[in-house]
Amino acid sequence: MELLLSSGIGLLTAVGIYLVLRARTFDLVLGLTLLSYAVNLFIFASGRLVIGKAPIISTTITPTLANFADPLPQALVLTAIVIGFAMTAVLLVLSVRGYADHGTDQVDGREPRA
Amino acid sequence: MMLALIVALPFLAGALLLAVTNRARLLSAAIAFAFTAAAAVLLAVQIPDVASGTVSSIGWDWLPLDGARLGFRLDGLAAMFAGMVLILGALIILYARYYLSERDPIARFYAFFMLFMGSMLGVVLADNLILLVVFWELTSLSSFLLIGYWQYRSDARQGARLALVITGLGGLALLAGVLIIGNIVGDYSLDSVLAAGDKIRANPLYIPALLLVLLGAFTKSAQFPFHFWLPHAMAAPTPVSAYLHSATMVKAGVFLLARLYPALAGTEAWFFIVSAAGLLTLLIGAYTAIFQHDLKGLLAYSTISHLGLITLLFGLNSPMAAVAGVFHILNHATFKASLFMAAGIIDHESGSRDMRKLNGLWRLMPITAVLAIVASAAMAGVPLLNGFLSKELFFGEALALEGHTALEFAVPFIATLAAAFGVTYSMRFIHDVFWNGEPKGLPRQPHDPPLWMLVPVAILVCICLLVGIAPNATIEPILTLSASAVLGRPPPSFTLKIWHGVNWPLAMSLTAMFAGIGFYLLLQRLYSLHDIVHLPRGGKEIYDAFIKRLLGLARRITGRLQSGHLQYSLAAVVLFATTAALLPLLSGFSLGSAPGTPVSLPGLLLWLTGCAAALAVGYWHARRLVALVTIGVVGLIVSLTFAAFSAPDLAMTQLLVEVVTVILMLLALYYLPLQSPPERNSPPRWRDATLAAVAGAGISAVTYAMLTRPVDSISGYFLEKSLPEAFGTNVVNVILVDFRALDTLGEIAVVAIAALIVAGLLRTILPRVVPEQPEAGTYAPVSLFLEFLARILLPLALLVSLHMFLRGHNQPGGGFIAGLIIAVALLVPYLASGARVIESRIPLNYEAICGAGLVIAALTGAGSFMFAHPFLTSSYWALDLPFLGKISFASAMLFDLGVYLTVFGGVMLALVRFGKINAPSREYR
Repeated sequence: MELLLSSGIGLLTAVGIYLVLRARTFDLVLGLTLLSYAVNLFIFASGRLVIGKAPIISTTITPTLANFADPLPQALVLTAIVIGFAMTAVLLVLSVRGYADHGTDQVDGREPRA
Repeated sequence: MMLALIVALPFLAGALLLAVTNRARLLSAAIAFAFTAAAAVLLAVQIPDVASGTVSSIGWDWLPLDGARLGFRLDGLAAMFAGMVLILGALIILYARYYLSERDPIARFYAFFMLFMGSMLGVVLADNLILLVVFWELTSLSSFLLIGYWQYRSDARQGARLALVITGLGGLALLAGVLIIGNIVGDYSLDSVLAAGDKIRANPLYIPALLLVLLGAFTKSAQFPFHFWLPHAMAAPTPVSAYLHSATMVKAGVFLLARLYPALAGTEAWFFIVSAAGLLTLLIGAYTAIFQHDLKGLLAYSTISHLGLITLLFGLNSPMAAVAGVFHILNHATFKASLFMAAGIIDHESGSRDMRKLNGLWRLMPITAVLAIVASAAMAGVPLLNGFLSKELFFGEALALEGHTALEFAVPFIATLAAAFGVTYSMRFIHDVFWNGEPKGLPRQPHDPPLWMLVPVAILVCICLLVGIAPNATIEPILTLSASAVLGRPPPSFTLKIWHGVNWPLAMSLTAMFAGIGFYLLLQRLYSLHDIVHLPRGGKEIYDAFIKRLLGLARRITGRLQSGHLQYSLAAVVLFATTAALLPLLSGFSLGSAPGTPVSLPGLLLWLTGCAAALAVGYWHARRLVALVTIGVVGLIVSLTFAAFSAPDLAMTQLLVEVVTVILMLLALYYLPLQSPPERNSPPRWRDATLAAVAGAGISAVTYAMLTRPVDSISGYFLEKSLPEAFGTNVVNVILVDFRALDTLGEIAVVAIAALIVAGLLRTILPRVVPEQPEAGTYAPVSLFLEFLARILLPLALLVSLHMFLRGHNQPGGGFIAGLIIAVALLVPYLASGARVIESRIPLNYEAICGAGLVIAALTGAGSFMFAHPFLTSSYWALDLPFLGKISFASAMLFDLGVYLTVFGGVMLALVRFGKINAPSREYR
């Protein structure tokens, strides 16, 4: 599974970067969304892949890392997801405003001279 | 305590003056004067102690590890300088009250002035070299404000900037020098440094330290080749020039020479560098001053010249020369301040400073003329005035120079020549302005100024006379005291006499006097001085060229990095990051040996779907609706991945965020083209694809390497303490609302800010892309089914949301998730019926909700202050209630309520603002 996850993260990164380098604002937003998936998964993976040990502790099991998944990366990623949404919202508004104000959704705010 | 108060009083006055309106002219002056006078009284009561030879000091630790102490120290030299700063300051405050016009913001002037005075007092009274440098830089900053006081004038702005750059750079050099000295001595306190002179001079770092300190002193005291800032600083109001260029700012440099004399002087290096700089400055300044047609320009170059003289005296390495240097500091301050003020009076009353127009003022303003003539005579070194005495001492020292054959002749010769030039420009100041024909085309008919403008000048001129006639009764004790502080021991016995008999110094004086007068007459009669244009070039031009080059370079580099094309810039960022990350990978890459998780069939299917969807997004990105649907699939896979690997909270959050993100993108697409137009002039796609592939492969490798290594985490602590200390079993939520609650507070603030940006940017959008609005009163649901569903769903979702929120501390859920659930649920009716309809039925102010959430979260954190705990400390109450059973309540839950409201309000604010411009009209298209 480790290999699958790391290759998946790599693929998300690659497609994300490719889209970020495109010339249209909406493509750039898509790219950044994919990149944030990749980053979130990467941070999450730093807690390693643990199955069936959600960090909900109980009085019967000793609360150690051997018995529960690492809660810290999860907490980090949880806020990162919400912040990612906020960032996407701002970028979308910027691209809409950019299109409204410049009449083009080229990332530089103007169509390149042919 | 008194010492610290002397320094603090001007700063207090400055702060007070900021609160005074600029119309209160008299009040502003009164505040400045009163505080200065109070500081002077505080100083005066210490004088008996200083006179008995006691060195008093006081201090507090400031940065103990770095050796910086907030300490002040009063000895003879410090007392002399502080007295000079305060007395001249008080006189100039009085003068400025009449000099500044109704239009000048006078309270601000005095505020800057007092700030400068305080900094200058700090420099002379500091007991710690670091503190001295701090005050030194403060004088640079406050002099910038003073020189640029008439900020609407471009010459004032340029002059201020030039002075700040030159003296500020010097200050940095001084700091470096001081750090070296402190390292050699092991302490920054003045007592230790002054006592460690031999140790410093023997150290191999002595020369660098000396050079750096001298760079500071020479830039401040306008020594050649750094003198060029001073004439440009004449754009300042004349009271500022009178203060900065007589008693204070430029004297800080020579003060430093005097202060560190026991620690640094006495070597060959000191002798050659300091006396050479002084000698050159003395001559160049005096010569250039002759050809200035501007009154203040003449005084500026004369100031440079006299500073050169003082520097030269300290450079001679002879105790008696140091005494003469201290003496000339005082003399120059008195006559130059009065001359500047006289020049200011002339300018003020006649409207011009040009000596080619100002002629024959003797009959028009006789009192000013008398005062100016006496002061100029002191500047020229005429007997019975203070300037004569220090000049005689200087000549004596120039003659006493031994051991350097060439210099034995050169120094006395240059000294006499410079003195002759001094006589010439003093002569010109008097003759050109007060005689030499009639005024030519002056803007105003000049006359003597109001009495209080003359009083400060008169007082200073009287001092010049008193010191010049009865030196032993007036100046001798002060001189002995401060000179012994400079030398570190009592100075050689000396007598100040007007008549020493016929000797060499007298001969030099007479020669200079006659040569100077002769030179002036020569220039005046044969060459018509007024037609000579002698603009000294050099420093300013080099400086300007340097700044121009620097800006050009910066512009070129910025242009290269930021071409204005986002694609190139981003590619550069990605390329740089990839290279930086690849370099360590290339030098060695190894995998760990932790056991892996076996591949499961659902896992493989997830992987296949996710990869296919991601590739599809990349391939079909130009067909935006397709890309949007596929990116939703990717998000879903990510969410399932979280669920599979023991992260239920993450899975729920990701799922909900995915929903709102897709809806938001859909809304955005309403205003954007549905198809990406073809790219033109873009870098080739294969290049981007290669870069992306390399970066992705690198990330894969790094992730895989990480996953095969054993875990080493601090999270054991959180797992262990979660229940006993934070009273919750859902450790992820506990971390968010308790252990790392401050981070969470910051994060929800970001959400709120982002929502406000969205709302703000969409408030005024160009009509070009806003669809036409339906007529008022029309209402047509998008889908009856959806509307029906929404009515059932909303109460249920509210219940689920509340449940998720309440259990969040112990089970998967919490504020983030609950806030998102209710937002998603509320979106359904919005989609079904349109924003306007819903807002009339459910009038919610999302800005207020979002803000309230932030306030609640912050207040919960602050609540722990009431129990004397640090910010955001959790507490826990368990109540046993009848019928309801045991109810537990942690304060963290209140914090989570803040998170809940902020996330809900923020998400809704962003979505609804998008929806509001489009929702009602869509169905009509």
